[in-house]
Amino acid sequence: MDQGIANEARLIGEVIDRNKPRLIDEWVAELTAYIRPQRGLSDNDLREQCAEFLQLLREAMGRGDLRNPSGAGWESVEDFVANLSRTRSQQGFSPTETAVFVFGLKKPLFRMLMEHGNTSPNLNHQIVLTSEFLDKLGLMTTECYQKAREEVISRQQQEMLELSTPVVKLWHGILALPLIGTLDSERTQIVMEQLLQRIVETGSDVAIIDITGVPTVDTLVAQHLLKTVTAARLMGADCIISGIRPQIAQTIVHLGVALGDVTTKSSLADAFAIALARRNYVISKRNATAQPAPNGASQH
Amino acid sequence: MERIPILRMRDLLLVTIQVDMHDRLAMTLQDDLTSAITKYSSRGVLIDISSLAIVDSFIGRMLANISAMAQVLDAKTVVVGMQPSVAITLVELGMSLQGVRTALNVDKGMELLRSILGEPPADDDTPDAGSQE
Repeated sequence: MDQGIANEARLIGEVIDRNKPRLIDEWVAELTAYIRPQRGLSDNDLREQCAEFLQLLREAMGRGDLRNPSGAGWESVEDFVANLSRTRSQQGFSPTETAVFVFGLKKPLFRMLMEHGNTSPNLNHQIVLTSEFLDKLGLMTTECYQKAREEVISRQQQEMLELSTPVVKLWHGILALPLIGTLDSERTQIVMEQLLQRIVETGSDVAIIDITGVPTVDTLVAQHLLKTVTAARLMGADCIISGIRPQIAQTIVHLGVALGDVTTKSSLADAFAIALARRNYVISKRNATAQPAPNGASQH
Repeated sequence: MERIPILRMRDLLLVTIQVDMHDRLAMTLQDDLTSAITKYSSRGVLIDISSLAIVDSFIGRMLANISAMAQVLDAKTVVVGMQPSVAITLVELGMSLQGVRTALNVDKGMELLRSILGEPPADDDTPDAGSQE
C-alpha cells in the first residue's frame, strides 16, 4: 500500500516537474481571478510565491507521506503555508483570498494529471490523493489565517485594557481611578494591580474609584469593586466609590449587594471634597476668607 | 532557633518581618509578642510587613490573631507596608482582615497609632475608614 502511494507520489511529482512553467502560469491566472487588484500583489510576487511553494512541495514529496501533510517531512511546506497565511491576514486579505492560494493549484494540476493520465491506469487514485492533500493544506491556511487574526484581536484587547485604566493623582496623597466600560474579572485584576502599585509609589492614603463610566453594575461587578477596596484597605489606603448613578444605586439595593462600610458618593466632586477633608485640607473661596469655612465639603 | 526581633519604643512595640514567614516562626512570634506586651505593658504594636512577599492563609490568619490578642491585652495593632501582591492574594483568599488597622508605611502607621492612643477611650474605633468624619 505504502509502496503504491510512493509510486503515485512519484508520478504526480514527474507531472509537476515536466509542466512546471505552464502550471505556474495557469495557477497564477487562477489566483488573479480571486485576489482583488487593490491588494497590491503583483503577478511577479505571486509567481515567486508559487514557484517557491512548488519547490518546497517537490522536495517534501520525497520525504513525507502524501496522505498526512501535517506529519513528518512536510515541515518546510507547513511553515511556508503558515507564513503566507499570517502575512496575508496582516495585509488585510480576506479568508477566500488567502485559502485560494492552495485551492487554486487544484484545477491546473488536475488538468495536467489528466493529460498525462492517458498512460496511467491509476488516474482516479492520483486525483483523489492530490485533492485530499491540497484540501488539508487549504484547511491549514484557513487555520493559520484565523490564528493570526485572533492574535491581533487579543493584542488589541490587551492594549485597550491598558489604555482604559489610568490612575491619576488629584492632590498630594489622593488618587483617582476613573473606570470606563464593563468590569470583568480580568480587567478588575489589572485595575486592582495598577491602583495598588500607584498607591505604593505615591504614598497616597485616599483613592477615589469613579464608576460614572461603568454602564451596569451587577453582583459580579460589585464584588470586584469590593475586592479592590478591601485590597487597598489592607495596604492602608482608604477607598471612596463615586459616580454612582440613581439607577445603579437602585440596582445595588435590589441585588442585595452589601457595600459594607465603603464610603460612597454620587459625584466625583463630593468624593474629592471628602478626601481633602480626610487629609485635613480645606477648600475656601478667596474673597470669603473673612468668613469661617470649617469644611470644604460644605459647598455643594 | 530563628526568631523575629521585637523592638520596644517607649510604650510601643515594633516588629519588622524581614524573612519568609513559615508556620513555626509565626507561632513563635505570637508567643513572643503577647509576652512582650504584658512584660512592658505596651499600648501599641506596629507590624511592618513591607519585606513580606509571600503569604498564605495561615499567615493571614496569624496577622488577624495577633491583632485580636493584642486587643485583648489592651494594645492597638497597626499592620503597615503590605505589598500590592500580598493584598491581592489575601483578598483572593477571602481574608479581609476585618478589625486590623493598616497604614501605608511605618511613618503613617506611627501617626495612626499615636492618634488612636491619643484619644482616651478608643475602644470601638473602626479601622481607619471614616476616622476623620
